Amino acid sequence: MNATNRTVVVTGIGATTPLGGDSASTWEALLAGRSGASTLDQDWAAELPVRIAAQAAVDPAEVLPKPQARKLDRSAQFALIAAREAWADAGFTAKAGEDPAVDPDRLGAVIASGIGGVTTLLGQYDVLKEKGVRRVSPHTVPMLMPNGPSANVGLDVNARAGVHTPVSACASGSEAIGYAIEMIRTGRADIVVAGGTEAAIHPLPIAAFGNMMAMSKSNDDPKGASRPFDTARNGFVLGEGAGVIVLESAEHAAKRGAKVYAEAVGQGISADSHDIVQPEPSGNGIAHALQNLLDNSDLDPAEIVHVNAHATSTPQGDLAELKALRKVFGDDVDHMAVSATKSMTGHLLGGAGGIETVASILALYHRVAPPTINVENLDPEVDADIVVGEARKLPAEGRIAALNDSFGFGGHNVVLAFRSA
Amino acid sequence: MAATQEEIVAGLAEIVNEIAGIPVEDVQTGKSFTDDLDVDSLSMVEVVVAAEERFDVKIPDDDVKNLKTVGDATDYILKHQS
Repeated sequence: MNATNRTVVVTGIGATTPLGGDSASTWEALLAGRSGASTLDQDWAAELPVRIAAQAAVDPAEVLPKPQARKLDRSAQFALIAAREAWADAGFTAKAGEDPAVDPDRLGAVIASGIGGVTTLLGQYDVLKEKGVRRVSPHTVPMLMPNGPSANVGLDVNARAGVHTPVSACASGSEAIGYAIEMIRTGRADIVVAGGTEAAIHPLPIAAFGNMMAMSKSNDDPKGASRPFDTARNGFVLGEGAGVIVLESAEHAAKRGAKVYAEAVGQGISADSHDIVQPEPSGNGIAHALQNLLDNSDLDPAEIVHVNAHATSTPQGDLAELKALRKVFGDDVDHMAVSATKSMTGHLLGGAGGIETVASILALYHRVAPPTINVENLDPEVDADIVVGEARKLPAEGRIAALNDSFGFGGHNVVLAFRSA
Repeated sequence: MAATQEEIVAGLAEIVNEIAGIPVEDVQTGKSFTDDLDVDSLSMVEVVVAAEERFDVKIPDDDVKNLKTVGDATDYILKHQS
């Protein structure tokens, strides 16, 4: 066994998103160009400057058994549902050890969240103020800790090779998957359950993001509010949910005859060191991550036919990403179909890298790129082939690759690459 | 008015059902919270707080560790309720 450069493949996928309660319904809605955003009709939203969000299509508390759901923050509920779908999709019938195909000592879990159990933290502070100390839930700490989703997924599948939680704001989900790829590549694990989750639709985060002027205030048009690459884009729409995949060494997957969705080619990472929240406008920071990906994998720019862009629908960020693609890939950008699925899912923060990795893998597997909706007037500064309006077929034959870009407050840049199986 | 032993067992059964999902008819005096009723150490704190409110009784943390079974808790509440 070459323990430092093993091939890694994707053998299972799962998701619960604003578009559907599983990966199949999410994918169907993405291809159809449906928006998951809607008006927040809760009482607490009435006074907020932003009254729209992309809420989960299926309430996770209705999916999990009640005694389990009440001990999990909503972000961990999403993660567990997506992880169970991915685990079953990979062909496992029980947790590691009980299913003899998986050795618990060779199984890891890496699930990230940008914010952690924020609704638990704030909800329990309300309990403290309104009902007193004694009523604060004894489950508060394991529910609010950012590693809660990862730890709960690890417990559920019986992962003993390591359970991790990289935190890098909106790059967290992709950083988790990149970390998992490296765990397998370097020989620490044979299988890793990896992804991202977020559940932050609550008045405080919405007020805070709103005051940063990062969110769209198009309250009269929730479904048209997230419009990456359109001239009228005015900020992101907050989403919630999780996307999780099962990564496995190619050797392990072959030995058990697993279905392989795609190869996980590798990751590129960089940091802007420019500003705590503003993206580096020239795209140099992102370009550094893309170059890092090329330097550390066998990815050939000629094979890249699709990019799931980070594109959150902010004026500056959307363009910096495209500049970086052009800087690093030159004319090869012209054969990359660029999709901004946040136009439909909203921005899931730490969950974004998870569900967008699922979307990238399904795009390769089905050879079709989902659309970018709400582009009525393409920004004239866009120098890339955006998949506008309707899904577009990718090359039907031959080896093709896709990128999933994720960037986070703090200047974190993570790029993941996948290749058709 | 103080609750009877029967009312306390029935009340605890509802609390355990709410917290751990165990059917109320399975919550009987001989049952251990942790071994029989899926009540882990953190959930036991929830059971205690709910019982305090329901039966108007104070159960100090030091006494909680002695409440191993539904019968233990019932006896404690019977003795200490105001």
